Amino acid sequence: MPSSVEPVLDPLFSTPITERKLVLEARDLRRTFTSGSRLNPTRVSAVDGVSLQLHAGETLGIVGESGCGKSTLARMLVGLERPDGGSLTYHGTDVTRARRSDRRLLRTGVQMIFQDPYTSLDPRMSVGDIIAEPMAATRSASPAARRERVAELLGLVGLAPDMMSRYPHQFSGGQRQRIGIARALALDPDVLVCDEAVSALDVSVQAQVINLLGELQRRLGVAIMFIAHDLSVVRHIADNVAVMYLGRIAEQGGTETVYGSPAHPYTQALLSATPSHSRADRGKLARRRILSGEPPSPVNPPTGCRFNPRCWLATDECRTTQPPLREIAVASPTVAADLGLRPVGESRVVACHHAEKALQEAALVG
Amino acid sequence: MDIRETTAVDEVAALRVRDLSVTFTGGGREVRAVRGIDLDVAKGEFVALLGESGSGKSVTARAIMGLTDEFTRVDAAELRVSGVDIQALGENERRMMRGERMSLVLQDALSALNPVMTIGNQIGELFRVHRGSTRKQARASAVELLGLVGIPAPAKRVDDYPHQFSGGMRQRILIAMAIALEPEMLIADEPTTALDVTVQAQILDLLGSLRDQLGMGILLITHDLGVVMEVADRLAVMYAGRIVERGDADTVLDHPAHPYTEALLRSVPEAGIRGRDLMTIPGSPPSPAQTPPGCSFNPRCHMAIDICRTVRPPLVDVADGRASACHRSEELLHALVS
Repeated sequence: MPSSVEPVLDPLFSTPITERKLVLEARDLRRTFTSGSRLNPTRVSAVDGVSLQLHAGETLGIVGESGCGKSTLARMLVGLERPDGGSLTYHGTDVTRARRSDRRLLRTGVQMIFQDPYTSLDPRMSVGDIIAEPMAATRSASPAARRERVAELLGLVGLAPDMMSRYPHQFSGGQRQRIGIARALALDPDVLVCDEAVSALDVSVQAQVINLLGELQRRLGVAIMFIAHDLSVVRHIADNVAVMYLGRIAEQGGTETVYGSPAHPYTQALLSATPSHSRADRGKLARRRILSGEPPSPVNPPTGCRFNPRCWLATDECRTTQPPLREIAVASPTVAADLGLRPVGESRVVACHHAEKALQEAALVG
Repeated sequence: MDIRETTAVDEVAALRVRDLSVTFTGGGREVRAVRGIDLDVAKGEFVALLGESGSGKSVTARAIMGLTDEFTRVDAAELRVSGVDIQALGENERRMMRGERMSLVLQDALSALNPVMTIGNQIGELFRVHRGSTRKQARASAVELLGLVGIPAPAKRVDDYPHQFSGGMRQRILIAMAIALEPEMLIADEPTTALDVTVQAQILDLLGSLRDQLGMGILLITHDLGVVMEVADRLAVMYAGRIVERGDADTVLDHPAHPYTEALLRSVPEAGIRGRDLMTIPGSPPSPAQTPPGCSFNPRCHMAIDICRTVRPPLVDVADGRASACHRSEELLHALVS
């Protein structure tokens, strides 16, 4: 284990996130899959109009349940999946419809860390070859320089450089995930996309990897998009968080704002169903907001707000009109205080027609 | 030690295990996956067995159920499910015990269900084999059970195949099968690990209400501390095939007496320490084939002293109703170690 680094030295981290350099911007990304027979196809709307901004050194958490499109979104961001609509801008260059060379830009600058450390490493390649592969694929650096870089990367993720000649089966799950992280860092990316990167690990090992990601971010200034279904892990590491429901963003904003006073009914339900890591909160689940209806399916999603069939606040408006992401209108600072909102610096957008009502109700329940 | 335990013999505990060991004998060598553990589950009690992968918790569940293959050797001084000595039973009698008096909910619902049989037939099979019901009766019972575990439109869904259900619903179907014959003892092996939190909350609710209604003992095997916090009455923590700490859930979680439990509790993210480094346990859990000498946890323990490397601490009572296997649990309990 490398010892933890000293507090923030880099000037990057003393500037507010929104004033930092914009690294990756997604605008209105869409992806629909068709399946079933040709005559009677079913359309799976996996991602429907997602816009995101990722600044240098920022950690953006994406939470949502299975089938909400978070993995499809991740695959689009790293270029493994081409969006049907919308645009993806990397350092100001549109990489969705550009020339091949521009798309290559995305592939080197945005790297992915996968969920399963057992299947994401080729069992027949040595660790050195695995980590050097991105460099080999982009034909950067000579073989000797690559070896040197591999040794450096292994050190960076807390493994001994002489482990280079070993094979993945000789490592534990946590060590493999470190190898996956070293591979993702090989090309000096600006963005790391972690798709459930710690979900498959044991609790004690999970903490090691979370700390490592935090440390790497402080050292390298890399932006992290952290996708997870574990809400407490996201709360721990993310600066900003986006909650997805059936392919759309339901709520997005500063982590403490969203967790502290969720304004979208779905966020409220999701947070109330998460078991607390404190015995004092025992029985919290019994008081949770119970969602009626079927679990969500992106096949033929409902019209209007996609959450409307399960929402307790749904009105006719919700069934017909898709709510746009908007800021919450709060009449006065006193009202804001009553709702548990911070009057200044309130940076959050919600896609709900009745967000104010939802907030008010939540404040009353306490 | 525990009041419950002394009365357990008269009352007949749902589960009583003494000195259970499981050894894998395949591949020409012996691997001891579970080493002499004791477990008690009273009727109507929710006991959690907490541990990381490879700690032997699932092996324990399978050994109790008798679901072992020819390369697994199970030894126990005592193995009783609601008073019945399982070891004395023949294979056929044991088979009739499963489902009837004890049952197991597996983690992976898709592979636990038969993909080419309708749900109705799979649940109905239980009634036809154990109760000699007719097809018609079995089907009616299946519909009723599906309704009980909260599957919408059970009369329609009963003829569907497993792949037509979502993950949460499949898990509920497994639970339906496990409780079909109202067993006294239910073992749930990571029943919610693959599920979303909203569905997980429903499943935990369901288990809790079944426990209340039917008075069965539940042994919940999990690695998820959040789940333990929420439902457990009592708790046993496993590490490298042994129980290292056990006791009443409230006290163990508030004041752990074993450094492993303490470290586990402190390595989960909490709202209070957002953005700061989490406390970690160095290294990774040992493989059952090579456990370190002395205390199995000593290479990863921040409190390890010389004796820990040579002498294995036994599981002894440290306070009323709780036991810990650590040379230094006294110190830990009295917070002498910073």
